Formats: sequence, structure tokens, C-alpha cells
Amino acid sequence: MGIPVLYTIRSAQVRWVPNLVAVVSIAGTVAVFVSMLALASGFRATLVASGSAQNALVRRAGSTAEVESVLTIEEVRTIQDAPGIARDDQGPQVSPEALVIVARPLRQTGTDANVQLRGVSPRVWAVRPNVRIVAGRAFTPGLPEVIVGKHAARAYQGTELGSTLRFGGTAWKVVGIFDAGGTAFDSEIWCDAVLLNQAFQRPAQIFQSVTVRLVSPDAFSSFKDALTADPRLRVQVDREIDYYRKNSQAVTRMIEILGTLVAFIMGIGAVFAGLNTMYSALSARVREVAVLRALGFGALSVLGAFLLEALLIAAIGGLAGLFLVLPLNGWTTSTINWQTFSHLSFAFRVTPRLAFEGFFFALGIGFLGGLPPAWRAARWPVARALREL
Amino acid sequence: MVRLDGQGQGLIQVRGLDKVYRRGSEVIHVLQGLNLDVDAGEFVAFMGPSGSGKTTLLNLLGGLDRPSAGRIIVDGVDITRLSNSELARWRARHVGFVFQTFNLIPVLTAFQNVELPLLLTRLSRAERRQRVEAALRLVGLADRMKHYPRELSGGQEQRVAIARAIVTDPTFLLCDEPTGDLDRRSAEEILDLLVALHREFGKTILLVTHDMRAAERAPVVLHLDKGVLVEARGGVGV
Ligand SMILES: Nc1ncnc2c1ncn2[C@@H]1O[C@H](COP(=O)(O)OP(=O)(O)OP(=O)(O)O)[C@@H](O)[C@H]1O
Ligand SMILES: [Mg+2]
Repeated sequence: MGIPVLYTIRSAQVRWVPNLVAVVSIAGTVAVFVSMLALASGFRATLVASGSAQNALVRRAGSTAEVESVLTIEEVRTIQDAPGIARDDQGPQVSPEALVIVARPLRQTGTDANVQLRGVSPRVWAVRPNVRIVAGRAFTPGLPEVIVGKHAARAYQGTELGSTLRFGGTAWKVVGIFDAGGTAFDSEIWCDAVLLNQAFQRPAQIFQSVTVRLVSPDAFSSFKDALTADPRLRVQVDREIDYYRKNSQAVTRMIEILGTLVAFIMGIGAVFAGLNTMYSALSARVREVAVLRALGFGALSVLGAFLLEALLIAAIGGLAGLFLVLPLNGWTTSTINWQTFSHLSFAFRVTPRLAFEGFFFALGIGFLGGLPPAWRAARWPVARALREL
Repeated sequence: MVRLDGQGQGLIQVRGLDKVYRRGSEVIHVLQGLNLDVDAGEFVAFMGPSGSGKTTLLNLLGGLDRPSAGRIIVDGVDITRLSNSELARWRARHVGFVFQTFNLIPVLTAFQNVELPLLLTRLSRAERRQRVEAALRLVGLADRMKHYPRELSGGQEQRVAIARAIVTDPTFLLCDEPTGDLDRRSAEEILDLLVALHREFGKTILLVTHDMRAAERAPVVLHLDKGVLVEARGGVGV
């Protein structure tokens, strides 16, 4: 048996004031680390949830983003005839969509931000069954009416039910608010695709993308193969969920890299705080360590006890850091979606996995901060240490 | 029997022990070819001027430090040849230390302090408890088991330290000025305790002291001078 854990706990307890410095510093580091990753994870989750595995998104070949793509009405018709598309009594479940980015003043700052205006087909409700009207009603095809996503309604001025929005020379009436389950669509404004093209003086029969509902997720490859093999079409076909996942990568990676970098720099500071705490703990206990060694406890035992003490302090710091960020979970914020340069609202997501990562990050700091002092404690010459006061 | 001629065959055999300290260019020869033999069951007091090397000798005998030359054989084992970890195990089994400054662990109770060396044995929890209680009873502190060192008087602390030193029933006790920090009365109690351990339990005790009255309690008194031991009083064999 080694040096009792009780000794470690009590010793850490006795020196709680100096230990607090290390605890606070580790807590801060973990809080920053986890909150940045929670931001990235929330952003990714929002975009990924926007796509469905049962939907396919068809764009012009070579266009990276949906907005850059152009599809003609003939192409849309050809796409509609492809195998694997779900049908009901109103025909194929296909939504050819037109996209325009417009600037609207934000409620909070009054400054303009980009909002994505999506012209959809009346079939959109079949294609995206997870989108529900939560206030008012759906827009009427052929009328200048819009429905606003719940996040957009919160973010932009003049989006209340019944108010009028001016886009592309047309006055649009807000007739409904929709909830797309916290996805990217919640940050959009939807209207009739044909009217949208007219308002912005674009050819009436031009769309940016076609989203189709498949009979099942498994139908995707046959659908895709049929379209890519068709000589009349030059399109790229993605599962909707994959498109949004790819879409999220630039931003999430940036946040993750930035978050890790900041946490790393703070982590170095926390390691030094740990080193400082443990070295001063050690210098206060030189004699104690020598006595333990004299009683016959080995160098490894001493090393273990001091390392354990550092890990204990780090664990407390880590838990404190998690405690700090946990209330952030679900907190909604927004950023620019780099793919579309439009405003996107999303919620922080502190996943259990992130919490574990944050905790182990804290333990890593404790290990690095505790090892050198523990090593020194273990190697201290016993006879000399016993002479110290 | 205690001998200084390097001819004994007893429990502790010290042969040609040298200890040299270097501090920068300064070289201090503390022990120079010291010989000592102590049989089991002896109680020996070491005296000598400050800086004569008494603590140095005790640390070497207890395996806390290494000699510059010479051998220390305890119960047939040359401890100067043991590795550091072997030496740590050897200390746990064979040596009980009592220090001038008590050196209890302040964050542990009297009971936990005494139990510490037993954690290095294979004894069960119940056996440990039994031994700790017996040791504390022996030093007259059975009613202070849950007390922390700061809640004890100096004399009581030292008695806990003695309980900690004897709880594993070590081969010998090394006491470095155990009464140096105590008032006269507490010092007498500690000395009574050591004498009792020697007389009633046959403990082998090596005691370093400055105090004539403390040294008088030991049957044999040796004097450390200029790096070697000389007989001061008592039955040193030839
Ligand atoms: N680590 C060390 N480095 C250098 N010199 C040392 C060291 N330890 C002890 N010495 C020196 O060795 C000599 C003997 O010291 P030691 O402590 O053994 O004497 P002592 O007889 O116990 O003295 P005291 O009665 O004051 O306790 C002293 O001169 C001391 O300064
Ligand atoms: Mg001394």
C-alpha cells in the first residue's frame, strides 16, 4: 500500500487558499475550451439537423454553395422524373427553390445583416415535414406573402405577423412564423419561388436548387446515378444532410481551431499556476516527505502522492469550469454562415463528450503541473531534507 | 555487548565508516574509519559536541544516507549495498526513527500517524488497528487516538512518535535527541519510556543526546570525537 489518499486530500485541503489560484486558473481554461467547442458543436448540429437523410439536394455541377447554382425549368422537369422520388396524390415531392440574400436591420443593433430569402414550391411542406407553422398561416402561392423562421423573426426588425417587408421592389406581407426545429431554416424567410424571381427581375423559370423527398434514404444512390447518367443534365447530387454537414465545416473548424488555440495558451498559464502551487506545497512539506521516506515509503509512493494531489486540484478546477459553462447549454447565439454570408442562429451544445474532453483537459494540466514538483519530491535526499526546518 | 575495535559479531556491525561532506571547495571529514558493534538488546547513548557527526552517524545506521566508505551490516545484511528502493523497504522493516522535532504528519490523527508504517506491511485493517491501539496504549495515549498533532503537547507528540517507531516491531530504534525540544518533566517521561522499552521489551536502542541526564539512563555511553567513537562509560567489550 502506498501513502494514504487521505494524506493527499487533507494536505490539499489545508492549503486551499494557494490551491484556489490553480483551481480558478484551470476552471477558466476548461470553461473557455468547452464553451468554444460547444459553440462549434452547436453550429454543426444546427446545420446538420437542417438536412434530412431522406432528402436529396440537386445543384448545378461545380457550384460549391446553393446560392451559386442555376437550374432551368427543363432541368427541374427532368429531375422530377427520376426514380426514387416520393409521390403522393399531388404528384412528386419536389421543391425547386430560388435563393436571394437580402440585408435587413437587426433588432439588437439596428445594423444590416444578411438574411437568406428562400423561394419555395408549394410542395415544400411534403419535402420538409419537420417545418411547422407556429403562428399565422402558410403563404398563399401566387401572392406576395412571406413566412419567417422563428430565429429570423427574433433577429430582424419588421418581421412581426401582419407587417410588411420590402424586397426587390415588392411589398411582402408577413403571414406566418415557422419553426424548423432549430435548424438553419429557422434563420430564413420563405416565399413563393416564382414570385421571388419576378420581384428580383430574374427569369421566371430559373432556380438555384431542387430538393426532393426520396421514398427512403436507401433510394439515394439510384436517384443520384440516374441524374448523373442523364446526358441532359449537368448536376451534382448530395444527400441534404451531407450538404449541410459540409457547409458547417469551415466555420466549425475555425471555431474549433481558435478555441483549442486559446485554450492551449490559457492551458500553459494554468500549468504554470499548477507548478507554482505544487512547488510551494512541496517546499512547505520537505520535512514531511523526508519523514515518509524515512518510514519506508518509496520514491514512487511520494511521486504518486504529489501527482495525485495535483490531479485532485485539477479535477476540482475542471468540474468548476464545467459548472461555469453548463448554463450556456442551449443558449442561442448567431454568427455569419460563411457559405452563404447570411446570419445564422444556433444554440451552444455542451455534449457529454465535450464535458469529458474538458475534464480530461483539466487532468492533463494537473499532470503537467504536478509531475515536475512530484518528481523533485521523490528525488529529494532524505537525510538533507530532514535537516531543513 | 558493545565494541569499538571492529571485532564483534553482533546485530549491528560498522566497519571503517567514512563520511565526507563537500560544500564547494570545502571538504568536511565527519566520520573517519569509525568502527562499532552493537548486540541485540543493547541501549547505547551517543554524546559529542555539536557538529561532531552524531546525526550523520544515525542517518547512516538508519539507511537514510550513504557513507563515503565503509560497511554497515545489520542482521547479516550489508545495507550500503542495497539499492534505493531496497533500502526503503529495509527501513520499513528494521528501523524505528524518533526525531528531536517529533515529525508527525500534521494532517493525520495520532492513530493515523502510528498506522502509517503499517501501511507498508501486509497486515489487515483489523490487525493494524489492534497494533496501533497497543502501541498507543504502551505510550499512555490510548485516549488521544483521534487527536491531531497540534492538539497534543510536545511530550505527547513525542510519545506518538515513539508509538509510530515501535508499531512495526523494528530491529532497532534510532533516537536523535528525542528530548531536545521538551521540558524536563516531559523529557523524563520519554526517557522512562525508552528505558522501559529496553528493559521490558528488550528493544535495541541507539540514542543521541546532548543531555548528561539523558545519557545516564543508558547502560553504555559512547563519545563521538574527531570522527571516531570512544568509550565514555559503561561496558564496552574489547
Ligand atoms: N548535507 C551536508 N552538507 C555539508 N555539510 C554537512 C551536511 N550535513 C551535515 N554537515 C556537517 O557535518 C557535520 C556533522 O553534522 P551533524 O549534524 O552530524 O552533527 P551533530 O553531531 O548531529 O550536531 P548537533 O549536535 O548540532 O546535532 C557538521 O559540521 C555539519 O555542518
Ligand atoms: Mg544532530
